[in-house]
Formats: sequence, structure tokens, C-alpha cells
Amino acid sequence: MTDVRDRIEEVVKNNDIVLFMKGTPLFPQCGFSSRAIAILDHMAVKYETVDVLQDPEIRAGIKEYSDWPTVPQLYVKGEFLGGSDIMMEMFEAGELQALVDQKQVARA
Amino acid sequence: MAADQIETLIREGIPDARVEIVDLAGDGDHYEARVIAESFRGQPLVRQHQRVYQALGGRMGTELHALKLATGVPE
Repeated sequence: MTDVRDRIEEVVKNNDIVLFMKGTPLFPQCGFSSRAIAILDHMAVKYETVDVLQDPEIRAGIKEYSDWPTVPQLYVKGEFLGGSDIMMEMFEAGELQALVDQKQVARA
Repeated sequence: MAADQIETLIREGIPDARVEIVDLAGDGDHYEARVIAESFRGQPLVRQHQRVYQALGGRMGTELHALKLATGVPE
């Protein structure tokens, strides 16, 4: 059996941007996840999403992995950045774009 | 969960914090917490928010459904 931590690490390491969310980009299942997707789409970056509603093990495991109690959660180049409040705050301040540029994240 | 209970928990966990709770929807379930603390200085936002969540002791995402967080250091 693959450890859930390894499964999370694999997706986080293999994609420049990963969003753990409820639902899918087309059909987000909560307002916070929907807001996170809107930000990523606006920035025109390439991203991978993981729907925690489809995977109870990941849903529980991601909270321990990041020491963060809620979803969505954003990872950029393997680093945990925060949830939707931090995404919105950094986006509005232009810091998210700066980070993405600086880390040379793949574009959509 | 009551607003003053949230405020008390954050104050207990982060003794130097100035805390303001706003009931966003008036339903006792959707809040915004504004937390200003000198001890946040030099810490990235993700760490500041983690400290607030730790102060709430596992209630976030369970008893406490929606809490918008805004943290910062004193001017």
C-alpha cells in the first residue's frame, strides 16, 4: 500500500502548481475552491488539481501534510503557500504573480 | 460557534494578539478574524495563519465552518 504522504508528495513534486480542492476546475464544490481556480485561471498558469472529495485518504492526509485544516491548498514548486485567503491577498498585492514569475512556473 | 469564543481562543493561543471578529453573514457560522500581533513579525503569512489555526485547536474545518483570516503586524 502506498503511503498517503508519498502520494501527496509525488503530485506536489511533479507539477509546478498543484491545487488541492473540493470538486474540479469546471465544477468546484465550494466557494473557496472556486475562488482559488478563478485566480489561477486569471494568471494563465498551468496547474494540476486534486479533488479531495473523490479521495478520503488524501482529504485527511493533506491536512497533516501541510499542518493546515482546510481545503483549498496551493502548492507552488513543492512549497505550500496557503489557502484561499492567502491566495487572494497575495494575488491582490501582485505577490502571487511575482512569485510565479520568479519561480518560472509553466504557463497555461 | 460564538464570536467571543473564537476571540478568546485566539487570545489564549497568541497572547500578544489584537483580535477582531466580524460575523460576515449574521448566521454565527461565517466569520472573519482580523489578528494583529507583534510576534507575527518576520513570519510568512502561511505561518501566521497556522498559528491562528493552532490557537483554535482543531475546531477549524469542524465546529467552525468558515473563517476568513486576515493577519498582520502592528504599524
